Amino acid sequence: MKPFAYLRAETVADAVRACAAHPGAKFLGGGTNLVDLMKLGVEAPGLLVDVSRLPLDQVTDTAEGGLRVGATVRNSDLAAHPAVRTRYSALSQALLAGASGQLRNIATTGGNLLQRTRCPYFQDTSKPCNKREPGTGCPAREGAHRDLAVIGYSEDCVATHPSDMAVALAALDADVVLHGPEGERTVPVTGFHRLPGDNPDADTVVRPGELVTEVLLPPLPDGTVCLYRKARDRASYAFALASVAAVLRVRDGRIEHAALAFGGLAHRPWRARAAEEILLGAPATEATFLRAADAELAAARPLRDNAFKVRLARHLAVDALAELTART
Amino acid sequence: MDPTSTWEGGAGEPQAPGDLPSATLTLHINGTEHTLTLDHRTTLLDALRHHLDLTGAKKGCDHGQCGACTVLVDGRRANSCLLLAVSQEGSRITTVEGLADGDRLHPLQEAFLERDAFQCGYCTPGQLCSAAGVLAEADYGHPSHVTPHDAPVGVPARLGPEEIRERMSGNLCRCGAYPRIVEAVEDVAS
Repeated sequence: MKPFAYLRAETVADAVRACAAHPGAKFLGGGTNLVDLMKLGVEAPGLLVDVSRLPLDQVTDTAEGGLRVGATVRNSDLAAHPAVRTRYSALSQALLAGASGQLRNIATTGGNLLQRTRCPYFQDTSKPCNKREPGTGCPAREGAHRDLAVIGYSEDCVATHPSDMAVALAALDADVVLHGPEGERTVPVTGFHRLPGDNPDADTVVRPGELVTEVLLPPLPDGTVCLYRKARDRASYAFALASVAAVLRVRDGRIEHAALAFGGLAHRPWRARAAEEILLGAPATEATFLRAADAELAAARPLRDNAFKVRLARHLAVDALAELTART
Repeated sequence: MDPTSTWEGGAGEPQAPGDLPSATLTLHINGTEHTLTLDHRTTLLDALRHHLDLTGAKKGCDHGQCGACTVLVDGRRANSCLLLAVSQEGSRITTVEGLADGDRLHPLQEAFLERDAFQCGYCTPGQLCSAAGVLAEADYGHPSHVTPHDAPVGVPARLGPEEIRERMSGNLCRCGAYPRIVEAVEDVAS
C-alpha cells in the first residue's frame, strides 16, 4: 500500500474542501472496497478524507412520504430499518443478499454505490485493464469473462457493476444527492452509473471532489409490492451472476405499475424500460412476463462463456413478477 | 480534522523515507486504552497483532473474505483487516481476548468447547466474535437474507440452523467444522 495522509472530516463542507484541495484525494467511507483496492495497488490516494463519521447516519421520512437515507448509514442498518423492511422490501432484500454480516456492518450507503467492479483483470495490477489504466486493453473480452457483462458493454470494457443495493434503488426510482465544490445536485440512480463506452475508467457521473451525501427514495405508488431476487454461485456471500429488482401493481388481472431492473449483467444497474413498456396495461400472466423479459434481453450480446446469464436473468424476472402478482 | 496527524499531506507524498504519514491515536480495546503512533496504512488487525500483542484475531485472507479477523467494533462485528486503525479512534473494540469475563468463558466459548466446534482452531476467534455479533443482531431484530419477507418487524429474530448458516456465511472454516459451529451457536441462541 502506498503511504497516504489522513484527515477525519467533521462536516460535509470540510470534506469537500479537503478533497478539492488535494488532487489524488479520496473519500473514505467504510473502506470495505477502497482499503482492499489500496492493498492490491489498484487505488493509491495521496490523502484519505474520512467521511464515515459525518452526521449523515440517519434514515428519515420526507415530506412527500418517501425516505431520506444518509450516505453513512451502514448497509446492515438500512436493511434492518423498519420503514425499509415494510415499504421498500426490495431494498432490504438486496442489501441482505450482498456481502457478509461483518461487511454490511461497515459498508456505507454512499460507498456501496461507488464500489468498483470485481472484474479479475481490474483487480490485478499485473494485467492490462482499460478501466484501471486507459488504453492498455481488455483481456476479459477473450479471457475469464464468465461473470462479466452481457449487455451494454463496449470494445474497451466488459465489467459489471457489483452492487445489489443499486439495482433495487434503480427499480425504486431513487435519487442520489451530491455535494461538490460547485454546490449540490441530484442525480437519478438510473443515471448515476455509466456505460463503459470508450472511457470505462469513469464508473459514474460523479465529478472530481463531489461527495454522495444522501439517497432519496420516493414514495411507491399505492398498492405496489416489490422484491429482489439474486442468482449466485454459492447460497450466500457471493456476487450476483444475475439479479432482478421488481416493483409491481396488479388490479383485476392487469398490470397497472411496473418497474424492473437487472443486476450482474452490465456496467450499471440495468433498468428494463423495454420490458416495462410491455408489462404496463398487459394481463399479469407468465406469457406477458416472458414477452417482457425477452424484449429487454433481445439487446444482450453474451460473450463466449456467459450466455447462461441471459437465461438466468430471464427466469429471475419471470419468477419475480409471478411472485409479486401472487402477492397482490 | 484530526489534530493528531503528524503529517497532514499538503504535498501529496511524504518528503523522505522515515517521514511516513503517521498518527498518534488512542484505541479502546477490551476495556483498556492504548495510545500508539501508527503509520496511517496500519489496519486495525495489524495494530492488534503487531503493536498490542493481541494475536487472537487472525490474518487469513487479509481481504475481508474469510472472517478470521472478525472483532466487535462498538458491539458490532467487523473485519479488522479492512479497517484502518487511524479511523478507529473513539471506537470500542472487543477482540476474542475480551469475550470472557475474567476466568469465566463467554457462553459461546463454552458452547464451542462442548460441541467440539473446531479442528485446527485458526478461524475460531473470528467465528466466536462473529457469533457474538449475530446474537446481538438477532436481539435487535435484524433480518437476514433467509428471513421471510413477511416476518414481524421490530421483534428479536429467531435463530434456527438456516438463519445461523446464512448469518455466519462471512466466516470460512477450512476444516469444515460448520455443522458443529451451527450447533454451538444455536445452543447459545436458544
